[in-house]
Amino acid sequence: MADGAAPVLDVRGLTTVFHTRQGEIHAVNSVSFTLSKGEVLGVVGESGSGKSVTMMSLVGLLPSPPAEIREGEVLLGGQDLLRASPAELSSVRGAKVGFVFQDPMTSLNPVFTVENQIIEPLIRHMAMSAADAKARAVELLDLVGIPDAARRVKDYPHQFSGGMRQRVMIAIALACDPDVLIADEPTTALDVTIQAQILELMTQLREKLGMAIIWITHDLGVIAGIADRVMVMYGGQVVEHAPVRALFHNSQHPYTRALLRTIPKITGAREGRLSVIEGQPPIMTSVPRACPFRARCAHAHARCEAENPARRAVDGKPLGQGHDVACHWTPEAENA
Amino acid sequence: MRDTQAAPLVQVEGLKMYFPVHTGILRRHTGNVKAVDDVSFAIHQGETLGLVGESGCGKSTVGRALLRLYEPTAGRVVIDGEDIATLSHEALRRKRPTMQMVFQDPQASLNPRMSLSAIIAEPLTEHTKLTAAQRQNRVYELMDQVGLNRRFANRFPHEFSGGQRQRIGIARALALNPKLIVCDEPIAALDVSIQAQVVNLLEDLQDTLGLTYLFISHDLSMVRHIADRVAVMYLGRIVELSPRDDLYARPLHPYAEALLSAVNEPDPDRAKTRKRILLKGDLPSPANPPVGCNFCTRCPKVFARCLTEKPALVQVEPGRQVACHLFETIHPATGSTGGSEAKEHLQHGVTQ
Repeated sequence: MADGAAPVLDVRGLTTVFHTRQGEIHAVNSVSFTLSKGEVLGVVGESGSGKSVTMMSLVGLLPSPPAEIREGEVLLGGQDLLRASPAELSSVRGAKVGFVFQDPMTSLNPVFTVENQIIEPLIRHMAMSAADAKARAVELLDLVGIPDAARRVKDYPHQFSGGMRQRVMIAIALACDPDVLIADEPTTALDVTIQAQILELMTQLREKLGMAIIWITHDLGVIAGIADRVMVMYGGQVVEHAPVRALFHNSQHPYTRALLRTIPKITGAREGRLSVIEGQPPIMTSVPRACPFRARCAHAHARCEAENPARRAVDGKPLGQGHDVACHWTPEAENA
Repeated sequence: MRDTQAAPLVQVEGLKMYFPVHTGILRRHTGNVKAVDDVSFAIHQGETLGLVGESGCGKSTVGRALLRLYEPTAGRVVIDGEDIATLSHEALRRKRPTMQMVFQDPQASLNPRMSLSAIIAEPLTEHTKLTAAQRQNRVYELMDQVGLNRRFANRFPHEFSGGQRQRIGIARALALNPKLIVCDEPIAALDVSIQAQVVNLLEDLQDTLGLTYLFISHDLSMVRHIADRVAVMYLGRIVELSPRDDLYARPLHPYAEALLSAVNEPDPDRAKTRKRILLKGDLPSPANPPVGCNFCTRCPKVFARCLTEKPALVQVEPGRQVACHLFETIHPATGSTGGSEAKEHLQHGVTQ
């Protein structure tokens, strides 16, 4: 991460609420993070932790109602996206921010050729001529490693395999040279050997193109391989944020620590019995006044019930730039 | 606990499961999707056999054919002394209590209009002559066993979380005291923190009830945790069948090697240093597999013989079977699986 340089993306105090018949669901609670040029921020959490809703809130992809972005600022190159007009937002999506979703089959339009779908953002955002855009489409397919790109560009999505479709999605996301690429579980639907191909491709593309990537996943193994920094979400909040090595080797939050222990290892000594996190993730029906993890936490005490912990720095660096955690407990207190 | 001397509980020989392809206006039979093509393995009483592979490799089809949820095209499936591939419908119905299944998606495999108690009691109503009161007692017993609170008995599936629904599915599978449970990706739809809960439950049940599992999964780390032996499938065939520790320490088949190298370890330092074997391309279509070895189109160690001749699954080291031309057959040592005693056992099963 380039220290000192202004971040590409700066999110402050983002709060998203869903209005449902059962009342409000506080899906995202005061989430703040930054993203610098060329870095990969991993976002980890279970389903319902608010990781996808956070990213969709950034660029107005949530239907409103039921969603309401209640508070916050999302600064992309100095422009606050939460106060942008729909027209401004639509020129940001696809051009400055690219998306890759989990399931390439449902995010590609089955009745158009791949060429049609790649040239659409090029003509719309980059004002290219159709001929230029078509040439660029072939280049892009080539870039993402689709063999025989000049011929394959005329094919329809169903003519590609799962891994190849995800490559097409990446080509579309990269078409306008975005500053930020948001990848929401991009390899979850793929088999391990295909997943390995896509991870390799993304690592190469990132070196070649230097864009910033937000990589959302529940798979800590994928995060360990690709991220520079990691943000762990639970109950709509950021509970821990750290450079990747610190997160895996010196995790501070009881949730992160427990999560790392529940995954069986593929090498080394085999664990006798898996450690578990008892209970279920919470449904946030009100503004959290207590720690969302307290019911499942082995270290919960009275203060966790009385006060939702704020993020505090662990390594002395300013919040959001080093290692910070939202917890009243410290591992050191345990050892003392 | 595992008894390797006695005949195995499950003995599968030459199992084939082809799905016909019909094309044209006349829907003529023009080919077959060879979902499972000549698969043989055994599972011992009390053992967990892991079955791994990527989507489309046929692992779920093996699980379903094993319980005769599909009619196998060819082969024998001997469970507890009887070849269930040829049993009549009535005999099969009487056999069903010994073999049960836990499905991947607990949402789709539970009837949304039945209460939890009715779901768990259904196999009891179907297969036993218990009175209503006895049934209810058995349901409570099963709920205790899988860790569901008794006061949930009259609730409906949608009121439960994914992990709890999977517990309901497990309780239903246990209702008739089965010997064999086929677990088809039982944790794939669950969150990481819930997966460990369900796997621990399956292990506890195995210890207390002496269950035998076929554990189908694509999660290689979890299979290492739960399985005693592991079969790796590729395009309808088993490419390697080895004891767990041998496989993970030193995979022999080039596909098993690549598959294990592709697993993402939750450790950033190892992620930087390890060598990933990247396979080129995708899985070929099982309707039109290669003439030679099924893996020859993607294998980094392919040579001339692989293109023309399919390798058979043979023993290459004590207890380890591999289907690859790179390895030489050794003659099986005494007491290994699939030997003469198993054959005898098979014959016995047929004449019964």
